[in-house]
Amino acid sequence: MGSVTPLSDKDRIFTNVYGYQSADLKAAQARGDWDKTADLMKIGQDQIIEIIKASGLRGRGGAGFPTGLKWSFMPREPKPGKPNFLVINADESEPGSCKDREILRHDPHKLVEGALIAGFAMRARAGYIYVRGEFIRETQALEKAVAEAYSAGLLGKNAAGSGYDFDLFVHRGAGAYICGEETAMLESLEGKQGKPRLKPPFPAGAGLYGCPTTVNNVESIAVVPTILRRGAAWFAGFGREKNEGTKLFQISGHVNKPCVVEESMSISFRELIDIHAGGIRGGWDNLLAVIPGGSSVPLVPAAQIMDAPMDFDGLKELGSGLGTAAVIVMDKSTDIVRAISRISYFYKHESCGQCTPCREGTGWMWRTMERLREGDATSATIDRLLDVTKQVEGHTICALGDAAAWPIQGLIRHFRPELERRIAERGNETLEAAE
Amino acid sequence: MPKVTVDGVEIEVPQGATVLQACELAGKEIPRFCYHERLSIAGNCRMCLVEVAPGPPKPQASCALPAADGQTIKTDTAMVKKAREGVMEFLLINHPLDCPICDQGGECDLQDQAMAYGRSYSRYDENKRAVEDKYMGPVIKTSMTRCIQCTRCIRFADEVAGTPEIGMLYRGEDSQITSYLERALTSELSGNLADICPVGALLQRPQSFESRPWELRKVPAIDVMDAVGSNIRLDVRQRQVMRILPRTNDAVNEEWIHDKTRHHVDALVRNRLDRPWIRENGKLRAATWNEALEAFAKQLKSAGKKVAAIAGDLLDAETMYAAKKLLAGQGSKLLEGRQTGLDYDVSSLSALRFNTPIADLENADAILLVGSNPRWEAPLVNTRLRKAARKGAKVFAIGPVADLAFPVTWLGDDLKLIGKLPKEAADAIAKAERPVMIVGPGALGKGALGAALKASGPFIKTGWNGFNTLHISAARMAGLILGYAQKGGIADIEAAKPELVLLLGADEVPDGKFDKAFKVYVGHHGDKGAKQADLVLPAAAWSEKHGTYVNIEGRVQRGERATFPPGDAREDWTIFRAVSDLTGKPLPFDRFDQLRAAMVADHPELGTDGVIDWKWSAPKLDAKAEGPVGYAIKDFYLTNAICRASPTMQRCSEELVHGQSFLEAAE
Repeated sequence: MGSVTPLSDKDRIFTNVYGYQSADLKAAQARGDWDKTADLMKIGQDQIIEIIKASGLRGRGGAGFPTGLKWSFMPREPKPGKPNFLVINADESEPGSCKDREILRHDPHKLVEGALIAGFAMRARAGYIYVRGEFIRETQALEKAVAEAYSAGLLGKNAAGSGYDFDLFVHRGAGAYICGEETAMLESLEGKQGKPRLKPPFPAGAGLYGCPTTVNNVESIAVVPTILRRGAAWFAGFGREKNEGTKLFQISGHVNKPCVVEESMSISFRELIDIHAGGIRGGWDNLLAVIPGGSSVPLVPAAQIMDAPMDFDGLKELGSGLGTAAVIVMDKSTDIVRAISRISYFYKHESCGQCTPCREGTGWMWRTMERLREGDATSATIDRLLDVTKQVEGHTICALGDAAAWPIQGLIRHFRPELERRIAERGNETLEAAE
Repeated sequence: MPKVTVDGVEIEVPQGATVLQACELAGKEIPRFCYHERLSIAGNCRMCLVEVAPGPPKPQASCALPAADGQTIKTDTAMVKKAREGVMEFLLINHPLDCPICDQGGECDLQDQAMAYGRSYSRYDENKRAVEDKYMGPVIKTSMTRCIQCTRCIRFADEVAGTPEIGMLYRGEDSQITSYLERALTSELSGNLADICPVGALLQRPQSFESRPWELRKVPAIDVMDAVGSNIRLDVRQRQVMRILPRTNDAVNEEWIHDKTRHHVDALVRNRLDRPWIRENGKLRAATWNEALEAFAKQLKSAGKKVAAIAGDLLDAETMYAAKKLLAGQGSKLLEGRQTGLDYDVSSLSALRFNTPIADLENADAILLVGSNPRWEAPLVNTRLRKAARKGAKVFAIGPVADLAFPVTWLGDDLKLIGKLPKEAADAIAKAERPVMIVGPGALGKGALGAALKASGPFIKTGWNGFNTLHISAARMAGLILGYAQKGGIADIEAAKPELVLLLGADEVPDGKFDKAFKVYVGHHGDKGAKQADLVLPAAAWSEKHGTYVNIEGRVQRGERATFPPGDAREDWTIFRAVSDLTGKPLPFDRFDQLRAAMVADHPELGTDGVIDWKWSAPKLDAKAEGPVGYAIKDFYLTNAICRASPTMQRCSEELVHGQSFLEAAE
């Protein structure tokens, strides 16, 4: 059981997250990256996976699947012609999320070194970093870091003097949110339309070009070298049980100082905001609701979130989730229905159109939300909308259907009176107009 | 083999089966739109959801989930029903309510399944989506607002036809199925797109607004447009065949047919010979049957033994048999079916057929084509070859370069190559376990049968015979059985100087032959044969008579009569029977079943069910072959008298073979 006290500076993994220092190789080495990487790799492939398992690291991309366990699904002896691949998901497009771009542009060597070690541990022949299309400067920074690593002998043949051959490729996407879904990302990497694949088979069995593949988030990979250097116990010393580690929180919305900050997992929402974000705009009494994990998780009303622990299980108990830890704070000036409607529009816009419930359901949900925003509805409309979200949820190929349904379910769960108020107000107006 | 429990019933399913197949084996009907047995799995319609344990606590798409030992599958729970109803509602919210004017009505998967899973009212009060129609060629009509994005058409074009010209543009609810540049699909299989489309988005253009499925009588038949013998179904309304659809036969055509089979149907009522004609002073005049038969009998009597019969490409065995008996009564054996002058050796029919069953072609691992363009000569053989190529078979070909819809190594067009293949090809064939050689009509025309047989050694192994001869005429195999072949081909008939020549639907005989003879044309379309005849006797088209056909494998199949011949036209054999009375040597059959019985008595192999058992024996022939080889078919869409009379086939030819573009009238 770890402590849940605020993180001290000496325990920060991302020491250049604000870009106060240079991102180049020399500066990164001064910060401790690429320090005896070959020695880290000498720990042994299976041993590295064991350490990551012991550290309690859960995937930082949103689903929170244990990273070490995921790596252990990869074949230990790849078949000839079927090499293992590592794919790193830098297609950070979730509204509210902005952590990966900070790593990419200010601390890319953490990611590159992590890619080598993770790739080595899972016996990957090569790694692909799939960067969101809109990240132009970030891609440039990352490409520069990869080039630096190649010319310093840290990648390629005998990477970092370890005797292991590992190549790393940077691929820029074309700006589709759905390509952040792991199998859609693989399709896109292969040059096809980014549409999620059916699972099974899972990528660890048949992924990129039909070869065993692991897809990890940027942050999950970037923390690996530090975990190995400082030990699994150190990392597991933060946060509550099963939610260990440090995490980049991205605080946006109605706080006094929006920021990206690395904090201990399970820190309470109040501490997170007060210490790093300068408090809620207009004080804590002015807080309306919080979307704690990026646009795809349900919102949590003020009263429930204030002292909740910010981790996977704590937020799950509130009917929401940690997601990417993109904390969107909304004060009482927010038109909450309009906010959720806008999120609905986003999912309608980003649905790939492959499977029926999402293709047809997202549009329907958004249009209904627009009606509710103006109160142009009846209270039966709310029930119908809830029913439609249930018809989408869990019936789709990928999780985008769920992501489109959950924010609306959260809204109806917590703010139904607001919806009814608008209907009632509008209803009165209509009557008057009719007379 | 995994054991699964479906709704409380434990069954064993084959290894590799999906949950959907397991449910079907258990007798449960699973609704589906995107799933199709012969296409890859897309799993995108989400209609086939079932509850599976162990597994996540939500419904699973059964089409994509492998059946595993110990699974418990539930297809009738409240959760499943609710999930399917949800999907159905989503499919319907943007689907137009135009069933009353939609040609798919009555055979629409969406309509049928809406009966089981649809609501009786709509909860959707937003505007419905409309999608612009796309141009997909002369045989496919589109109505894209009806599309439910199941992607069956995309997968068919990619996987079966090998013409990846359909795809999905845009995303989310704006997704559209399109032919990208709105050009006609370059596939001879495009008519199948309308069959696999579960809704009314892709329809048969030539049959727009013509009939309703429930008005149609369904008659099983055999296709005569090529020699593959595709199994088809004729949909008949009153006296007219309205449309032709495939019947599933995994040994022959699976469930596809090509566009010529499907769309020559409009010519069955066009350009027909519906009364006898007699040539007087160089011009044909209409006559009565009495006059015509008298004239025919008179000529027969005066010609005596000097009578010859040339069989056309579309004939059934019974017609050829009846004509043969008529000639036998005259003491003549001048029979020939190879109108264009082919004169290959016919001493062993085993060397002239597909020794590899069509269904086994897809397991071939090396393929050599000799003067054959199977895409045009036998499109449904080509789909099998394409399957083999997709599985990794190497394909080599001797002949001019053509697009076969799969990768081919072109060795050149010199027939000398048969004897000395380049090393790459020879090695691949020597190493192959199931090599296949296909000798096409182009090579037969150049006398290459002997050379091919000589080179057939590596293709024949224990349990595997890879030597195949491809014909393009539906009547060919039965004709060869019945003796419609002279040693020197049609030249022998010419040399015999017949005084009367019977053209049995023979429209491909080059002009200028038999100028001295009295020519009697017995057939159904006013085409080349009728034009040069002195006496035209109107007969039945293939759809208007029962008939036995033998396909390239030697598979004996029988088709049924769907309609009656138009006007005064009558079935061919009755003409011969009638005239034989007038010549005083009546044929020994008065009814069709007697004719068929007599034929089977004389040629027992024509009474076979299935493939005739010919023992492999290769005749020793002159093995010299050289010179460039070409292909027999110059225009896929216009190969016989019926196609040439068909407006649809003419349009296909102009657009797809000759590259004319047809702009749609601006709406």
